[in-house]
Amino acid sequence: MSAALVYALTGAALFVFGVAGLMLQPHLLRKILAFNVMGSGVFLVLVGLGQRAGIPDPVPQAMVLTGIVVAIAATALALALARQLLDLQGEMRLPEEELDKDRLDV
Amino acid sequence: MKTLLNVVVLLLASTLGLALGWSMLDLPVAAVRLPEQVTAQLDMSGVAHPVTAVLLNFRGYDTLLEIAVLLAALLGMLALPRHVAGRENRPVPASTMLQTLARLLVPLMVLVAGYVLWAGAYQPGGAFQAGAVLAGAGVLLHLAGLLPAWVTLGQTLRAGLAVGLLVFIAVGAAVMAQGTLLQYPPDWAGALILAIEANLTLSIGLILAGLYLVLTNSGERA
Repeated sequence: MSAALVYALTGAALFVFGVAGLMLQPHLLRKILAFNVMGSGVFLVLVGLGQRAGIPDPVPQAMVLTGIVVAIAATALALALARQLLDLQGEMRLPEEELDKDRLDV
Repeated sequence: MKTLLNVVVLLLASTLGLALGWSMLDLPVAAVRLPEQVTAQLDMSGVAHPVTAVLLNFRGYDTLLEIAVLLAALLGMLALPRHVAGRENRPVPASTMLQTLARLLVPLMVLVAGYVLWAGAYQPGGAFQAGAVLAGAGVLLHLAGLLPAWVTLGQTLRAGLAVGLLVFIAVGAAVMAQGTLLQYPPDWAGALILAIEANLTLSIGLILAGLYLVLTNSGERA
């Protein structure tokens, strides 16, 4: 197994961790972090699969560079929205999650 | 009930992981050889580094839309109602040590940003890395208590935020006379890319710093 494939497989594992975290963690900050972990996994897959032939492929690398910057912007906007929710509700949870939690506690 | 949900999600996630890994191991080599195509066209691109050539020339659309997304994210944050602090909006002054260090480091960071921007033509670097260094300098200044958070944005600041996207669009429209959008004439490509990247660096630095400096202000309660 080449080193490039190890990167890609690690990326797939990170993506899966992110998916699980996104679904299981009710706190919005953790959801945003899980979303970033998912994104990092996708970047690793792109860069890893791009250099399977031995030479790095500049096209996926450029796309990942673009993706990182877009991910930063999306994360910042998500944090601003989460902060807004905190100001309005006093909690960093989605309303549905709160409902679920009450129901489950009973 | 909650544990059942956890188990189901973990099972589904591991199935997804296995499927992803399996498909990657099975994946055939791509039919189109992109690295060779990039190398073949590199002389026409105006720069010597393949990633910069892809970012600013071959796939210039991506980068144009990327700076638009950055600006849109900052505008989205500014559009949210913010708690503008009633008290003086100066950040808490940090220790003298940190302030002195920041005063020493920030000019160096500006210098590094300029170098990274210039180096992007022939080695890893470019507008986005340089912009990130500039933004880091802005955040450092704020943490050291030397730069207030952004409450209202003045005309100069707004112009700085938008100049990267506007110059990019202007260049794209100007070369449209040649045929397609963002297809630079080879003789001019290097100069046009440098002009776009220099303006992009300024805008990206300001926008990334703004993502922090707007958010850090919105938390201050009146």
